[in-house]
Amino acid sequence: MIKYIAKRLLLMVPMLLGISLLTLLIMHLSPGDPTSLRYGLNPEVSGSARAQLKELYNLDKPFVVQYGCWLKRVVTLDFGRSFVDNRPVIDKIKERLPATLLLQISALLLIFSIAIPVGVLSAVKQNSFFDKVTTFLVFIGFATPTFWLALMLMRLFSFELEWFPVSGMSPWYAQYMSLPQRIGDILWHLVLPLVTLAFTGLASLSRYVRYSMLEVIRQDYIRTARAKGLAENRIIFKHALKNALLPVVTILGMTLPALIGGSFIFETIFAWPGMGRLGYMSIMQYDYPTVMGVGIISVFLTLLGILISDILYAAIDPRIRYE
Amino acid sequence: MSKKKDFRKKYAAVGLAVILVMFLIAVFANFIAPYDPEEINLAPGARLQAPSLKHLLGTDDLGRDVFSRMVYGARISLSVGFVAVGLSLIIGVTVGAIAGYFGGWVDILLMRIVEIIMCFPRIFLILMLIAFLGPNILIVMAVIGLTGWTGLARLVRAEFLSLKERDYVHAARALGAGDRRIIFRHILPNALSPVYVSAVLGVGGAILIESSLSFLGLGVQIPTPSWGNILTTGMHYIESAWWLMLFPGLAILITVLSYNLVGETLRDVLDPRLKGFNQK
Repeated sequence: MIKYIAKRLLLMVPMLLGISLLTLLIMHLSPGDPTSLRYGLNPEVSGSARAQLKELYNLDKPFVVQYGCWLKRVVTLDFGRSFVDNRPVIDKIKERLPATLLLQISALLLIFSIAIPVGVLSAVKQNSFFDKVTTFLVFIGFATPTFWLALMLMRLFSFELEWFPVSGMSPWYAQYMSLPQRIGDILWHLVLPLVTLAFTGLASLSRYVRYSMLEVIRQDYIRTARAKGLAENRIIFKHALKNALLPVVTILGMTLPALIGGSFIFETIFAWPGMGRLGYMSIMQYDYPTVMGVGIISVFLTLLGILISDILYAAIDPRIRYE
Repeated sequence: MSKKKDFRKKYAAVGLAVILVMFLIAVFANFIAPYDPEEINLAPGARLQAPSLKHLLGTDDLGRDVFSRMVYGARISLSVGFVAVGLSLIIGVTVGAIAGYFGGWVDILLMRIVEIIMCFPRIFLILMLIAFLGPNILIVMAVIGLTGWTGLARLVRAEFLSLKERDYVHAARALGAGDRRIIFRHILPNALSPVYVSAVLGVGGAILIESSLSFLGLGVQIPTPSWGNILTTGMHYIESAWWLMLFPGLAILITVLSYNLVGETLRDVLDPRLKGFNQK
């Protein structure tokens, strides 16, 4: 097992090289000299910023040197200082990370706890009323612009019904609350962003569970179990479910990029003080060091998610060998 | 089974009809729109009017007719969708065909690149590119297209891997056909079903992304109307002007839903592996 994990980690090295190269290339895509980009329009990025960028990314050196330096920055997580407030980018990201992780992890838990029962039930009762309704909802789910859903939820639950706060995570007066109150308050603020973010992954995951379950139910060993006269519940939960859920673990890795991408939009709409909102703000303010830092960290999070799901898969599936 | 199939087909027919209507609206936008979509009217009472017979879907914060803006917005959304998907198709098919046909280190290299791109949250890759290139409609089309081909490349590669060992391909090669001829004349026409399906589903996806970008202010720029940037105004007047929020959202939902319905039905029809699925 340790060998397998080590091998998986080793495979991340070429990925890291590629990711660094791709991000550096993106930086070079900007028209003309990357340092002279549209700064005339933006008073915040003055002549000194230009010099900073040049120094930060070694833009006056040959490409190979630029790549080497950039790689070193990526590995040591040193992305330089923000153009907006001159603070180290990594510090800015660090203080935003907990809020993003809270949102992401609770969204993942919510998605899995809804999608698995729904997917299993609609597979077991294929073509039933329930299956048809969920299929319909899945189609709607795939087609819904989620930022619009966020606005509709906000209008309904924050403005009309006033059940949930409009935006933010922790208001200024939270410092006067006791700890349990404070946690409760954060959870209360979490509801709407969470529901919106979870919605993005719900449709595809429940579809996938249904598909996987249908596949398993048609296998010979299920027929054997039926022929033995086992109770239907026992067949479904004991024999089929385990095997159907194995591939679902790997979906975790695929859901993550979508979730992290979604957080750029929803954190902005709900003013959730996470990394996604930081990324959006830095794009709007032409704060390139922060843009690059947030980009690299979100890819790292994705890679971490894929790694965890691979290891989880290997751990629970005895058919995977660790060589 | 046949009953379910018919059911499915009915949905697909509705979807196709919606796609056609949207297409006509986009083409004949200048005849359909009752007002100039960019004409500002700041006269007292002209701003933020609720829907009425005079302004079917109301007016926005600058007194512009929302219905006219939606009609022109359809033109923007559809053109972004089609151009972006066209670009994705060209790249995806080429990369997939080359990787699957030639195999070896070419395949390994190309598939590694695909994996690396797939690690990036697509929306952030797009946002990053736009941050460096600047937002305008051509860049938006290019960027959505450039980030949307990875899944298709994998599908086409898989098709090529299985097709290139078929007898008819060996026969063509024995007859002296070159690589290019074998790829384009013999294998590609048989590997197109995933391409059709991804193309149709891709248009819906591209429209969704364009609307998100325009909503964030990083896509189609005001005053040019787009469904996404009408929603930006809707967010600013979220408490009062419900019509600014409801209609553009519904337009996106219905359009994307239609492309998805047609795409999924196409997949059922074209993909024999999934065909048996509904039979049980």
